[in-house]
Amino acid sequence: MSADPSIQAASGVHTLWTHAAEAPSIEFLQLSPALIVLGAAVVAVLVEAFAPRSARYALQVGLSALALAGALAAVIGLAAGGWATEKAAVIGIGSLALDGPALFLQGVILAVGLVSVGTFAERRLEPVAHGARVDSFAAQPAAVPGGPGEREAIKAGWTTTEIFPLLLFAVGGMLLFPAANDLLTLFIALEVFSLPLYLLCALSRRRRLLSQEAAVKYFLLGAFSSAFLIFGIALLYGYAGTVSYAGIAAVVDGSVENPSPALAAAMGNDALLLVGAALVLMGLLFKVGAVPFHMWTPDVYQGAPTPVTGFMAAATKVAAFGALLRLLYVVLPGLSWDWRPVLWGVAILSMVVGAIVAITQTDVKRLLAYSSIAHAGFILAGVVAVNPQGISSVLFYLLAYSFVTLGAFAVVTLVRDAGGEATHLSKWAGLGRRSPLVAAVFAIFLLAFAGIPLTSGFVGKFAVFKAAAEGGAGVLVVVGVLSSAVAAFFYLRVIVLMFFSEPAAEGPTVAIPSVLTKATIGIAVAATLLLGVLPQYFLDLATQAGVFVR
Amino acid sequence: MNPANYLYLAALLFTIGAFGVLIRRNAIVVFMCVELMLNAANLTLVAFSRMHGNLDGQIMAFFVMVVAAAEVVVGLAIIVMLYRSRHSASVDDASLMKL
Repeated sequence: MSADPSIQAASGVHTLWTHAAEAPSIEFLQLSPALIVLGAAVVAVLVEAFAPRSARYALQVGLSALALAGALAAVIGLAAGGWATEKAAVIGIGSLALDGPALFLQGVILAVGLVSVGTFAERRLEPVAHGARVDSFAAQPAAVPGGPGEREAIKAGWTTTEIFPLLLFAVGGMLLFPAANDLLTLFIALEVFSLPLYLLCALSRRRRLLSQEAAVKYFLLGAFSSAFLIFGIALLYGYAGTVSYAGIAAVVDGSVENPSPALAAAMGNDALLLVGAALVLMGLLFKVGAVPFHMWTPDVYQGAPTPVTGFMAAATKVAAFGALLRLLYVVLPGLSWDWRPVLWGVAILSMVVGAIVAITQTDVKRLLAYSSIAHAGFILAGVVAVNPQGISSVLFYLLAYSFVTLGAFAVVTLVRDAGGEATHLSKWAGLGRRSPLVAAVFAIFLLAFAGIPLTSGFVGKFAVFKAAAEGGAGVLVVVGVLSSAVAAFFYLRVIVLMFFSEPAAEGPTVAIPSVLTKATIGIAVAATLLLGVLPQYFLDLATQAGVFVR
Repeated sequence: MNPANYLYLAALLFTIGAFGVLIRRNAIVVFMCVELMLNAANLTLVAFSRMHGNLDGQIMAFFVMVVAAAEVVVGLAIIVMLYRSRHSASVDDASLMKL
């Protein structure tokens, strides 16, 4: 057994050295969305290094917005040019897929990133400190909270403009994640978007100890889960002898012609396949925040600066579900009898645990975190459908959910008291009497989370449950509807609290934001109502986009 | 030597790393255990690369090393920041948020 492979390995090296290597062709046009974002991120790092401190904020905001808008235009251009449908192809020397789901999700991620630039750049919420307007990120993250270094940084009016390159790098990784067409790209893209997010979590201006704690928890658990992911990838590589999605799928199906002796021996070993697939799934379900891999979600959502929480809650979920869908539908369809029961269990647990634990929460951000866990369960119900409607309904759900989440967290940044954001639910009592508009907007988002008709949440849930029912997952639909009812209870409880209870004497005030946050909330409300009232165009779009290239 | 033995060694290292993450309390040690898990994955990749006779696994091992290095940069920055504010790197002490 050992003689054969070593000869092959040696000859592999040999041809590499004796033949003039042909330069691989790189499809710059088709790769342009990710290239624009990552290129702008590198430029943003240079801005951080060379531009004077006073000019950085304007430069960074302009650069980030321009790059994300440009990349979004590129995605729309590619989709209009037919790359989402008839011209769908595998690009980048087999490492990336350019197809409907990839372009749809990249568009959603870029739109979320673009809107998030607004909440990141908001400088009207914090009180003016020493004559300088500041955002909700730490003046000097490296300084000890409450120490002399921090006091001097606040006095000098410093802000952390590094958040913008970090945001761009995270968005760049997220663009690659749902498009990854081999396991190596999957792993690298995961790390490229995770590492900036760990740092962003640690950068809150207020409640810095909570923020740092959230970052440590997110980092350690995230690194732990990515170690599982890479070990799973190693086992799948051992099973199939390749990391490309198509190659592994062929080996799983048993449609490989003339396998080498080593491959023939490995193919017979189902343990490698099953354990490897389970570990990779574990890594992806962690990013999705599904039970039982959800323990980080509430703490990180609560501790992270709220603009980051909004971005992370929306965009990470979109990217991770995109990667999960591609893995399950392209690589492991031959294994669906094995992974479907597991994902059934995960989906049921996520829906039930998310909905029930959310009832007991007293902090708005933790409440939204548990609601995101329940939503992960609802989306998983569409994933296990294993039919074309499953793909398109999940795509639509992600589009709808991401804007609702973004808007809800943007509203949370507005309700403030002397200590910063007033996130305790008791402080939200009577908000509807004092600030009817803000309370009404938040009520719209809560109704969308609950899945009330005429909001995007209803259409998304309906599409997902319909796909699941057609895919033979009726039990999942029943559990989903029941836990939706439980979830509706606590969403409505917040609405009742806002509108029908007396305002607290020393209640929070609602800060008047600049046009940036207003635009964020406005876009989120518009998307929520538009997708709820006139969903057909977007449902058709998701249906058209719902075919994976293989 | 049979390359399968390297796989057993890698699985053992991975298990030691995973248990270390779960039972150790110092954030730095937890992080070192994660690195041990990554290196176990590297050993697996290289062993499979040898068994299959292609270079994919060895190339992946390089990428994993780079990712591990990037993770150290980010991770140590976060852990050192936590240590400076609390004078403790214990993951049990970091419990301001209720579970």
